[in-house]
Amino acid sequence: MKDDGINRRDFLKGAVAGGAVATTAAVGMTPQAAQAQQKPAAAPASPGYSYLNLEEAAFVEAMVDHMIPADQYSPKGTDLGINIYIDRALAGGWGKGDRLYMQGPWKVGHPNQGYQLPLKPADLYRAGIAATNAYCKKTYGKTFDQLPAAQKQEVLVGLQGNKIKFDSGLPTNTFFGTMYQTVMEGMFADPIYGGNRNKAVWKMIGFPGVVAVHAQNIEKFRDKRYVVEPLGIADLS
Amino acid sequence: MVTKLKEVDAVIVGLGWTGGILAKELTQAGLKVVALERGVHRNTAEDYALPGVRDELRFVHRHDLMQNPARDTITVRNNVKQEALPMRRLGSFLPGDGVGGSGVHWSGHTWRWTDNEFKVRSMYEARYGKNFIPEDMTIQDWGITYAELEPYYDKFEYVAAVSGKAGNIKGVIQPGGNPFEAPRAREYALPPLTDIQSSKMFSEAARNMGYHPFPRPSANASRAYTNPDGSKFGACQYCGFCQRFGCEANAKGSAHITVIPIAMASPNFELRANSWVTQVLKDPAGKKVTGVRYTNLMNGEEYEQPAGIVLLTAYAINNVHLMLLSGIGEPYDPVSQKGVIGKNYCYQTGVGANLFFDDHNFNPFMSAGGSNHTIDDFNANWDFDRGPHGFVGGFTIGAGFNTSLPIGNRPVPSGTPAWGTAWKAAQAKSYQTAMNIGSSGSVMANRYNYFDLDPTYKNAFGQPLMRMTFDYKANEHKMGELAAKLVNDIAKAMNPTSFNRASSRQSWTVVPYQSTHNTGGTIMGVNPKVSALNKYLQNWDYHNLFVVGANVFPHNGSYNPTGPVGALAYWTADAIKNRYMKNPGPLVQA
Repeated sequence: MKDDGINRRDFLKGAVAGGAVATTAAVGMTPQAAQAQQKPAAAPASPGYSYLNLEEAAFVEAMVDHMIPADQYSPKGTDLGINIYIDRALAGGWGKGDRLYMQGPWKVGHPNQGYQLPLKPADLYRAGIAATNAYCKKTYGKTFDQLPAAQKQEVLVGLQGNKIKFDSGLPTNTFFGTMYQTVMEGMFADPIYGGNRNKAVWKMIGFPGVVAVHAQNIEKFRDKRYVVEPLGIADLS
Repeated sequence: MVTKLKEVDAVIVGLGWTGGILAKELTQAGLKVVALERGVHRNTAEDYALPGVRDELRFVHRHDLMQNPARDTITVRNNVKQEALPMRRLGSFLPGDGVGGSGVHWSGHTWRWTDNEFKVRSMYEARYGKNFIPEDMTIQDWGITYAELEPYYDKFEYVAAVSGKAGNIKGVIQPGGNPFEAPRAREYALPPLTDIQSSKMFSEAARNMGYHPFPRPSANASRAYTNPDGSKFGACQYCGFCQRFGCEANAKGSAHITVIPIAMASPNFELRANSWVTQVLKDPAGKKVTGVRYTNLMNGEEYEQPAGIVLLTAYAINNVHLMLLSGIGEPYDPVSQKGVIGKNYCYQTGVGANLFFDDHNFNPFMSAGGSNHTIDDFNANWDFDRGPHGFVGGFTIGAGFNTSLPIGNRPVPSGTPAWGTAWKAAQAKSYQTAMNIGSSGSVMANRYNYFDLDPTYKNAFGQPLMRMTFDYKANEHKMGELAAKLVNDIAKAMNPTSFNRASSRQSWTVVPYQSTHNTGGTIMGVNPKVSALNKYLQNWDYHNLFVVGANVFPHNGSYNPTGPVGALAYWTADAIKNRYMKNPGPLVQA
């Protein structure tokens, strides 16, 4: 019963999604085939952003495609929907600091005291993108999204290692840490949140997703690979 | 305007394991009981059902079942010279809220703490001399013995469906169990969980090195089970979504499927969820507490709930906070070392190594909360001579998987880039072929690790946040170095392709997650000058106030705390039912 429902739903999704989504089903293809399929997806219709403005969208798309390039392991970041994941996360409760104590006074504090900025994640992201683009323009004469790959890499390494300092005083590595966290969430979270499209990242690592029962598999698959088509929350809903 | 309600026999503040146990026991003894829970009332069928419960982002990273620091948090600092700042988001520990409390989303590890802890000062002094214990280490005996607590451990283990293998039944060592455990009256409620590859490999290596591995006892029902109260458990499905998650199979020991429904079926019991207690009220004579004040979070109205007995059974940190906010007992001062409320806050420590293999596959997503094998050779084993190492306490070492989901569990060999194709290549390989060996270590009390009220920051009710002053001391550093060395030795013996070495923790930081085993602050003991509660967890000053939870531990061990927390809740329930109700007053003369 349940299996029939899943198969039918998958079939319908494939049939309706047509071009853009189907191009991301790159797992199992040769690297060449996967890359060839990226081309039609390079100019999709605007995905529709809820929080990011045009400059921020360009930054995020360039950043996720640089960090998560198309290769034999997965489609590239925008084809996985990581940009969409990030936009939704920033627009939603987490981005708006729904679980963040936001009363002052505000102090820099010691790193052991954790996050102390008077910024909600969405504010931090916005300020961080603007500051990174300002740095890129000053250093390279272009915004981040316009840079060649080698310079994008330089910038991201500089942010990660706190080597780049923002004129605004915004702590570079705090911005980078938040950005990196959202890229990982967009990679590995359930596809209902907009990333990990077609569970391509779960396929990459062999994570079976929303499985109900493994009791009968513990001994059977001990030290053996368990290969199944992963299921997401939507597949069982 | 505060509405004063009709008096009840007992009011319970916080309805998790301890509140649930007391609610059940006291209602069955005929008392009229009201439980006030600040969180919502969730249950398995609606809230922990498939497929929605299988959501790592929501439950692990967005903390869906946890307390919300936007409303109330603590301030933190490493030492008294520092200015404490708010823990603005959860990190190092994750206290739960809602009916069932942290029992809903724990992993189930259930240990019996031994006299090594309960008699810590006297045992170390007897063996190593008084000078072995540093002057600023404020450890003290708990005032209770393992023998007194044994029947209550047993009771909790059978209620919570603990699966495991006994190592010592009435003094007879049992093959396959933990030979260093204190004697138990009988086997565990259920046989141990099925071994997984990583724990088997760890066990083989540890056994070859002369250690004594055993399956970790855990409240994950290894078979379908009906407990002595008639509560029904499904069998654990090794679904891999345990810690941080409610269990849709009702296979995890939790108050919300055991003691709480029993209490709720009683006409003597009333649950009021969304009820935030702001103060314990005292009579002017200073002999008794009279009830509690709380706010109904559905409409903001304030109420006073008078009660004959007040039971604080919230999360450990929240219990201490409520004591400080209510002005009960003398706040502890680290300079004069006078006062007791806030004293002896302790945390835990630990080290870990990631091992990478080319020739093994671990299926980390197939595991129970307690899929782990452990050695206790450096903890409950009193023959392990701490003398040459110069520390008090101990640590367990174990390996297995628990809730190894892909957003949070991304092991790659040291030196791997953090993004790009090289990272993806490493991640694609390592998710299934890496495993971890970890140790969990005790933390001894120190005069400068404590709680008090913060002078600056306030919660959503305008009350001062609690301030935590904590850091690891030389004792923990010495222990951490030994633990790291031993973990690395076992890792090497397992012959991985490579491994990321374990190293000792330095100072304590609020990120990332480490352990939700916060202890102390209202400690039990034998003397009101140095403890807040007597051995029945009854307050020395106000005899109708009982405070139950890990906040009563005078120091922290290496084991998870829920075993003694549950046992002490039953112990306290018995003391109230059998002695206090017959003759209300102090159960121990100061």
